[in-house]
Amino acid sequence: MNQKRCDIVSSSSEETRKLGRHLAERLRPGDVIALEGDLGAGKTTLSQGVAEGLGIQGPIDSPTFTLIKEYDEGRLPFYHMDVYRLDSWDEELGWDDYFYGDGVTLVEWADRIRPRLPERIVRIQMNHGPGDSRYIQIIPPDGGEDRICKGLSEG
Amino acid sequence: MKTNPNEKSLVLGIETSCDETSAAVVQDGHILLSNVISSQMEVHRRFGGVVPEVASRRHVERITMVIQEALDRAEVTQEDLSAVAVTQGPGLVGALLIGVSAAKALSFAAGLPLVGVHHIAGHIYAGHLVKPLRFPLVALVASGGHTELIYMPSHNRFERLGRTRDDAAGEAFDKVARVLELPYPGGPHIDRLAKKGNPTLDLPRAWLEPDSLDFSFSGLKSAVINLLHNARQRGESVDAADLAASFQESVVEVLVEKAIRAVREKDVEELVLAGGVSANSGLRNELSRRCQQEGIRLRIPPLELCTDNAAMIASAGTYRHLERQYAGYDLNAVPNLPLVP
Repeated sequence: MNQKRCDIVSSSSEETRKLGRHLAERLRPGDVIALEGDLGAGKTTLSQGVAEGLGIQGPIDSPTFTLIKEYDEGRLPFYHMDVYRLDSWDEELGWDDYFYGDGVTLVEWADRIRPRLPERIVRIQMNHGPGDSRYIQIIPPDGGEDRICKGLSEG
Repeated sequence: MKTNPNEKSLVLGIETSCDETSAAVVQDGHILLSNVISSQMEVHRRFGGVVPEVASRRHVERITMVIQEALDRAEVTQEDLSAVAVTQGPGLVGALLIGVSAAKALSFAAGLPLVGVHHIAGHIYAGHLVKPLRFPLVALVASGGHTELIYMPSHNRFERLGRTRDDAAGEAFDKVARVLELPYPGGPHIDRLAKKGNPTLDLPRAWLEPDSLDFSFSGLKSAVINLLHNARQRGESVDAADLAASFQESVVEVLVEKAIRAVREKDVEELVLAGGVSANSGLRNELSRRCQQEGIRLRIPPLELCTDNAAMIASAGTYRHLERQYAGYDLNAVPNLPLVP
């Protein structure tokens, strides 16, 4: 069955992290994950899961102080960005080196630089649900549905 | 083989791990002859954070001038130097590479031994430039990128006792500042705001496992966000100054208690505070108070040596030079370099 997108409810940050680990196994060089959602919705937790799933050891924090952090010790290079405060995105800041490189790029607050993002992205929307739960919607790029979504929520 | 201890050592340090381009000359490991720092803060402010590509370009533009200025101010020439020390990591890879390449070029051109230095080791040696470090000691290094407790039995020997499992302390300050809509970098703004408020709000302290000297600050950030979120939903307002004071108290309490515990566990008499977060007045005051109470000798380097600078790299590098721990021309920048291999 061809899934256009997946809707997942996570009931804890541990579940969100696990989802990230499973997602990581499906990623390929050049994938760009665009994470959107409220403050505290678990974007960093999901990112940590993705990093773990790529085999990166050591603490992964969300890179607010430096806008991009690079990790090259995993299965694929991992570029972790947080563009929350970025408002001059129209400058040449070297984005394309990441987006069209050999690694996986994950952008937190991606909606703020949407015009700068490549066309093919894995879009992930995270929202607060009741209590500690979170609604997570994953929208893969055209043709990437099976690779990204199939069986992901059962993981 | 040891270098003759009577021989004067003169080490040039180079630091480009993040957003400061810096070069310095240090004599005998602890005498500061020059420390030139070209900050890029204004450039990055309009992006709300350090942009690696922009930082690298800035380093390239500045590095040659900064090195020359450091030599000029120290009134020495390349020929007078004993070694070149450079930050090898951790940091932004593109930024680190500029310093490493400059150091290699100088080492090759002037026939000087090349020393790679760990950035955190450098932060600890900032204290050495004021008054020689007395070993054994424990150091609390807290900055925008790091939060670590390090034990040093002697020069050049490091054991990591604890580190942050998620956000660095400085990163937590910056994130909460962002939630409070304060400008970048947020730390100093929180500190100022905290002075106007009272720590009346209940925020968590992440002690982790009872015997752990690790830190965790991301839960605290979430607690601040939830507190604001819940208040907003109830239509109530939260006093920003009280929130800043409560947040700061929560960070400071954990940092101070774990640092004191590390000192006790290792049975040392000296505690060194280092890194940019040591500029925080709440941390300085509380740590001073507790150290006095506990009879611990506390060393806080002056602010200009707490933020990134090359003098601390030259100082730490001197002791690697004395042990002849040299790097070859294959020295590479390592963005996640471990302090203890």
